[in-house]
Amino acid sequence: MSGALKKRLSKIATWIATFLLMIVMGVPGLWVVLSAFRPNREIMAKPAIWIPENPTFSNFAAIFGFGDAQVAIPVLSYFTNSMIIASTSTVIALMIGMSGGYAFARFRFRFKNSLFLGLMLSRAVPGIALSLPVFMIWSKLGLIDAKLGMIIVYVALNVPFTIWLIDGFFRQIPKEMNEAAQVDGCTRWQAFWRIEFPLARSGIAAAGVFAFLTSWNEYALASQLTRSTDSKTLPVGLMDFTAQFTIDWAGMCAMAVIIIVPALILTFLVQKHLIAGLTFGGVKG
Amino acid sequence: MASINLNTVVKRYGKTEVVHGINLDIAHNEFVVLVGPSGCGKSTTLRMIAGLEDISGGEIRIGDVLVNDLPPRKRNISMVFQNYALYPHMSVRENLGFGLKIAKRPPDEIVRRVDEAADILGLTELMERTPAELSGGQRQRVAMGRAIVRQPGAFLFDEPLSNLDAKLRVQMRTEIKKLHQKVKTTVVYVTHDQVEAMTLADRIVVMKDGHIEQVGTPMEVFNHPVNTFVASFIGSPPMNLVPARIAGGEVVLADDTRLPVPGRLAGRVTDGQEVILGIRPDDMTPVGHGIHDSGEGAMLSLPVELAELLGTETLIYTRLAGQEAQGKMFDPRDVEPGEVLEFRVALDKVHLFDAGTGRSVRLD
Repeated sequence: MSGALKKRLSKIATWIATFLLMIVMGVPGLWVVLSAFRPNREIMAKPAIWIPENPTFSNFAAIFGFGDAQVAIPVLSYFTNSMIIASTSTVIALMIGMSGGYAFARFRFRFKNSLFLGLMLSRAVPGIALSLPVFMIWSKLGLIDAKLGMIIVYVALNVPFTIWLIDGFFRQIPKEMNEAAQVDGCTRWQAFWRIEFPLARSGIAAAGVFAFLTSWNEYALASQLTRSTDSKTLPVGLMDFTAQFTIDWAGMCAMAVIIIVPALILTFLVQKHLIAGLTFGGVKG
Repeated sequence: MASINLNTVVKRYGKTEVVHGINLDIAHNEFVVLVGPSGCGKSTTLRMIAGLEDISGGEIRIGDVLVNDLPPRKRNISMVFQNYALYPHMSVRENLGFGLKIAKRPPDEIVRRVDEAADILGLTELMERTPAELSGGQRQRVAMGRAIVRQPGAFLFDEPLSNLDAKLRVQMRTEIKKLHQKVKTTVVYVTHDQVEAMTLADRIVVMKDGHIEQVGTPMEVFNHPVNTFVASFIGSPPMNLVPARIAGGEVVLADDTRLPVPGRLAGRVTDGQEVILGIRPDDMTPVGHGIHDSGEGAMLSLPVELAELLGTETLIYTRLAGQEAQGKMFDPRDVEPGEVLEFRVALDKVHLFDAGTGRSVRLD
């Protein structure tokens, strides 16, 4: 077999493998999106109907309370709650992550390694294992069913990860950049904001997206700590579609689409910042 | 324009002292090169001058201002880093103008001074590129441009050429020399390359293990090294250093080879003293192939082990009192390994160091 043919074949094989993998990953999502646009009857049909035969927006209309609603869901409150909780916790987690990541990347201090290890180990504890203690403490503090309570939980959940990710990005920036800026007339603070921050921006954006998505999608803890429209988030709201004997799959899928769309938009918006390799060229490669 | 004074400057990391109270006065517009093997404290010293390292003891003054506790931005210096440290997210123009922008200079002045610096360094064509789009030499020039734009009191260079390939290094070395002639400013330059030190410096500071071994013009340091360390560090190929003993007005080597004590050092040694004889390869030349064939001399018959033709000269590896030694044959002819050559040692250029202290006997 000639080298060129071999190369071509392996390329084709790679594409087929990628395609299969994408199918495995994409089909459930596709099913949810398709189901959002058809009636319950069609979703439950056997054998499965893939392409909606009667495409409809009535599922969306129903959850916003129009038309013949099976269940009226306060989706707008959930959306607002999710937005506030996810954005606030992301901003806080990023601020802590930037300071912490910078400190771990740049400074020498006592117990640095153990502290870092501790942060990482805290990721090893499944969040749900903490739900009972958190619930008990939160109920004493009156943070059950409060946005603040959720924000604190999500900040705690995200901080180790943002610190770890941002630390890695700051580490890639040679410390001479900061020193050159200081010699050029900057204070440490200016050197950070004008040189190191822009260079680590892609990493910080990535950390932000991950933190936001974690908070936006989190279900287990939110289902324990929220009760009402005061704090219930979208994923918890999904369970409103389950009644004692029935599940409104169509409505649930429509709501799932509502949850997915902002996350997708955010990812697309930030995507261009996610390109790595910005630091190349400033120092000898 | 500024002089720089170091007064018993000490640097400690925790309990380890790495710079041991060094004193150094650098004059206005002087080009001083700190040279030494890695770990000798030269970079640390430079970084203390820059304010990037705390000073653990002593005083540093720049232009008569005590700068011990001043941050780098208040020291009126600029620095060129080994890895250039250009800002990758800025164009060449922005890199050059960054310091002026931070200093809040008016925009038209920034443009004028940046263009001036670009002109001096031949960067005019590259102004809109980013560092990633530049070659190594060009990046080096931008780094130097960034330093000169601010017209500081002193330039600090931290091994600026060590990332370049050999040819470019020689070329940039010349450019740095020219730059200094054009932009008269105090320069402190750190390198481990003794050739760079010799070619660039007004004065060389040879450092070792956190101490200054010798300060002097390139000529002084080359011709009158104060100890065996400086003698072997400066000069390429390095000086031959052979243990010997003084007996009856002669330098006696281990194999009983005898050379007369050079006249100028006669009163400096005593009979029975253990010494180290230092001969530069240039001063040990086959008869008829030397450059110092007049003056005090002594003859040695030595076997050729290996000959390396370098063009205008041949480097001859031989053995002197059982020890590897090198001589030079100027205006070379073909030599074969095993051939015994009659070498002439230029005694008026020979060095003697005390075997115990390593100090040149000239100083005692």
